[in-house]
Amino acid sequence: MSHETLNAIMPYFLPVFYGIVIVLVLPLLAGYIVLLERKVMADMQARLGPMRVGPHGLLQPIADALKLLIKEDIIPEKADKLIFLLAPLISVTMALLAYAALPFGPVFQIADLDIGLLFILAISSLGVYGIVLGGWASNSHFSLLGAMRSAAQLVSYETAAGLALISALLLGGSLSMKSLVEAQDQAGAWFIFFAPCGFFIYLVASIAETNRAPFDLPEAESELVAGYMTEYSGFRWSLYFLAEYANMIVVAGIATTLFLGGWLRPFASFHGHILGTGVEILDIFPALLFLGICGYCFWRAPRQPVPIQKLVMVLVGGLFLVLAVVMFGSLFVPVAMPGIHGAFWFLAKVLTYLYGFLWFRFTFPRYRFDQLMKLGWQFLIPLALANVMGVGVAQILRQQLGWNAFAAFGLTLLATIGVAAWLVTLNDRRDRDQAAAAAAAASAPAGGD
Amino acid sequence: MATPMALQIGFFYFFAGLAIVCAIMMVVARSVVHSAIYLIGALLATAGIYLQLRAEFLFIVQVILYVGGIMVLFVFVIMLVNLDVAARQRQFSKQLWLALLLAVVLGGQLLLMAHIDAPIFNSTGVPQSLPPNTAEVATSLFQTYMLPFEIASIMLLVAMVGAVLMAKRRDA
Repeated sequence: MSHETLNAIMPYFLPVFYGIVIVLVLPLLAGYIVLLERKVMADMQARLGPMRVGPHGLLQPIADALKLLIKEDIIPEKADKLIFLLAPLISVTMALLAYAALPFGPVFQIADLDIGLLFILAISSLGVYGIVLGGWASNSHFSLLGAMRSAAQLVSYETAAGLALISALLLGGSLSMKSLVEAQDQAGAWFIFFAPCGFFIYLVASIAETNRAPFDLPEAESELVAGYMTEYSGFRWSLYFLAEYANMIVVAGIATTLFLGGWLRPFASFHGHILGTGVEILDIFPALLFLGICGYCFWRAPRQPVPIQKLVMVLVGGLFLVLAVVMFGSLFVPVAMPGIHGAFWFLAKVLTYLYGFLWFRFTFPRYRFDQLMKLGWQFLIPLALANVMGVGVAQILRQQLGWNAFAAFGLTLLATIGVAAWLVTLNDRRDRDQAAAAAAAASAPAGGD
Repeated sequence: MATPMALQIGFFYFFAGLAIVCAIMMVVARSVVHSAIYLIGALLATAGIYLQLRAEFLFIVQVILYVGGIMVLFVFVIMLVNLDVAARQRQFSKQLWLALLLAVVLGGQLLLMAHIDAPIFNSTGVPQSLPPNTAEVATSLFQTYMLPFEIASIMLLVAMVGAVLMAKRRDA
């Protein structure tokens, strides 16, 4: 291969490599998020959760994946075959495609697009076709109802989510995911501190967009069996599952990048060095964390009931030891350090955000469909509009009139909370009026007008 | 990074062909949902042509608005309305001859334009490396053409409010 062709190919090599890594690692990550979900749920309900497959159920995701792969694949006789087969693929492709613009670190990003955020939003809005078409092609009432709920829900909450993201765009002044993180680095604070209301609105809207409880109406198991997934089985069903978890990571990644400082370390502007070295004190934390987990695994290993589980526990401990060594060793390699530590902090923030998802799921009961629509249209969208205006005014106060950031954004926060309180009372009064009108209509004599 | 000319032309013919095939299939398809899917395909292919012309912002707006927004509502309405009755009726209108005549006239015009070498057919082609131009779109929309843009926005808002009002009135 000549030097010239090599030079022409090289720019494409790293993105392709990152892409392959993401596609390979993502199903594993999704599987372990499911395990985490079951463990957290068990903990909140005072149970143990999966304990049998591997120590503390650590190998459960792999067993589940194998089971799904060998399950029988059933296609309903009256289904629209082609679309039925295509729909889960649309879901999973769109979920994976969104990763192309997600910055896992200053270098670990497939493409830093000029329109990065819009690209991710556009691609994830295409994912709804997988759900809608799958529900329609199944030719079943439960599936169709789930699909229609999903379409209505997504269209409603996309508006609120988009408006919430605009508040961060106003602060960052760019659509490129990378420049948004760099803007937070320069501002010296994450955008969540400037626009907390925007973050809150996006948190609620993103749960609704990923069809998670308490907004999991498209697959409400107590009403619709499994909603749009009712007729799917085996591997196709698991593709939907993978798409759901991949989408969760995408929305968490968007929130992390726009509001939580992306790959930046907490206290990124604090540069306290360890005496005599160029290593910053706070950069040691990831290595210490992995070392702690490793120590815990080694400590628990002799207490496992079965020999094979002892072995697995030691292996897991060894894995974390390797990770600790990598995190510590990279401190002395200036080339690799920002990439590796950036990816650590990004994933740590994403997992924290996802923990919030799990927490909500086990705390709130499912909303009714009219409550969901009311929350979206009558509360979140007006609030998001007020928030965008408030952040815009605060930016003008700060940049044109030289206000202190605390004063400008504190005022905005107070104003937005005021709008929220006003909206709540307004909606309450309307609900009460409607209930009174309905009661009056019911008690009126039949035939009377 | 300049893309080779052959690749450029290849992309163009791929997306253009896809758009035409999808458009034809959309009209021909028997099932309404299939038609909607072909329409989505045609819109996506058009978005691909925008991207090939380095109009990134236009590309993404096409995908978000038409494919991600309007078509979702289309599909939603198709599923909401019972179309079994419509499907059993004759689907194709009898204006075949009129349609054929129009097609011949339009095709003739296109050929004539190509024959007299109208300037539209020999443009200088796509600039090889256009800088990212999202910011320029924003500048022209919100600074150069601020007033027309705002007027258009308000007109759309009025139309939307009017539609909601009319729907409500029929309801009551």
